[in-house]
Amino acid sequence: MKNQILEILRNNSRISDEEIAVMVGATPEAVKAAIKELEENGIIIGYNTVIDWEKTENEIVTAYIEVKVTPQRGQGFDKVAERIYQFPQVSACSLMSGGFDLFVVVEGKTMKEVALFVAEKLAPIESVLSCATHFVLKKYKDNGVVFNRIQKDEREAVIL
Amino acid sequence: MNIRQMIKPHILNTPPSGIRKYFDMINEMKDAISLGIGEPDFETPWSIREEGIYSLEKGKTFYSSNAGFIELRREIARYMKSRFSLDYSPTGEIIVTVGGSEAIDIAIRTFVGPGDEVLVPEPSFVAYKGCVMFSGATPVPIELKAEDRFKLQPQQILDAITPRTKMIIMGYPNNPTGATMDYEDYKAIVEVLKDKDIIVISDELYAELTYRGNHVSIAQFPEMKDKTIVINGFSKAFAMTGWRIGFACGPSEAITQMLKIHQYAIMCSPTTAQFAAIEALRNGEPEVKKMVAEYNRRRLLMVDGFRKAGLDCFEPVGAFYVFPDIRSTGLTSDEFCEGLLKEERVLMVPGNAFGASGEGFARATYATSIDSIREALTRIKRFVDKVKAG
Repeated sequence: MKNQILEILRNNSRISDEEIAVMVGATPEAVKAAIKELEENGIIIGYNTVIDWEKTENEIVTAYIEVKVTPQRGQGFDKVAERIYQFPQVSACSLMSGGFDLFVVVEGKTMKEVALFVAEKLAPIESVLSCATHFVLKKYKDNGVVFNRIQKDEREAVIL
Repeated sequence: MNIRQMIKPHILNTPPSGIRKYFDMINEMKDAISLGIGEPDFETPWSIREEGIYSLEKGKTFYSSNAGFIELRREIARYMKSRFSLDYSPTGEIIVTVGGSEAIDIAIRTFVGPGDEVLVPEPSFVAYKGCVMFSGATPVPIELKAEDRFKLQPQQILDAITPRTKMIIMGYPNNPTGATMDYEDYKAIVEVLKDKDIIVISDELYAELTYRGNHVSIAQFPEMKDKTIVINGFSKAFAMTGWRIGFACGPSEAITQMLKIHQYAIMCSPTTAQFAAIEALRNGEPEVKKMVAEYNRRRLLMVDGFRKAGLDCFEPVGAFYVFPDIRSTGLTSDEFCEGLLKEERVLMVPGNAFGASGEGFARATYATSIDSIREALTRIKRFVDKVKAG
């Protein structure tokens, strides 16, 4: 049942416990309890909304930053990653294989704000060797959702 | 010249579909919800569409062989074997058609004509009866019963058979009821049919949309395989309705003759769709699984909603339709659907559109978004409450 719940919530976290209960063949109480357990076990760790900020007045600038770091003895990359992801400006941070080590997503109000954050906070961290900052110009798809696609039912009446 | 007098009586006497007026009404309405359209609301999975586009880019715009590309027929043979344990040779036992619809038509025309009777269990897909009438043969309805969960009963066949009976057309999983036939159900039917000279057309377009257990085909019974034409296709399983591509499998003697009609009337199926269909069978399964899982969730939500609205509703385990019993409202199918559309702007299709035995029922499809289903069920409950309160 838990996997079914995760599958449903992953696509629509606003769906009610009652509806999930019908879909998985359980009582709403059992669904509520299962979700609580998933949350307590750190399996469900948040509920986000996918927003196209472009269409609002508060525009947001996003940058994807490739960071090379020196791993620290005994702590690997975890310690430096922690120092980076604690900043509220950092919305995502992952350890990567390949040409660089950490992939950091930074959000800010303006390009300047993001650039200053990189220059003043990120780059000076002791074990950071280099940062390559790439600004997002246009988002086509995020979290499985395509931007700027008008969902309209275009099916025509057909007799069958 | 009065052109009407020139038209064949078979065509003139076939009534137009009873559903049309509802579609005309809904077109005039704002924020109406249609639970009337019998096709997936999903787009064709991208890898399948992309293969169609690629074939066009490459200039692959010629005819295929009449029976369809051999690569596609090989994929169909592999699919029928792995998915339904049915053996058909890609050379001679498979024909690629313009949707399942064409396969139904040419199968009927190959076997029956004036003087022949064709058993058509109802409620069922409206085209069966129409195509039988166009062929000049006589459709003989078998009235399926809600208390049998709309499964075909052996005694019903025995009661309907005459010396002129030459064919039976079955569609399971069923449109409009969502009923399925499992192995035991078929076994009883096979006992009746195995010694008779009656051709079985088994329309299995909704086979992939089976939510409990595996889909069973009547052709899986060895005593039935050499007199059964299995019809399947891509429209429902792979959300490919507009591509118009399906297929028929059967004994080579039958397929060879069906091919004659196909080659003179149609030539071959659209080749862009054929290239896309090859990709669908090679790599489409994960996407089909996702769609089936989503349909299943909506199905449960819809059945629950109808029951909460106070309508009896047997649990459909196939296709993407729910067929609630609306008799407790005291309305006929037509009155129910017209009232629901006018008062609450929700379109359902009256059950009698699919045969007289559908009277007292109405069809709703869950091939639509959960938001639409939720809102439609709220409105339906409001309508039923109002009608029942008088």
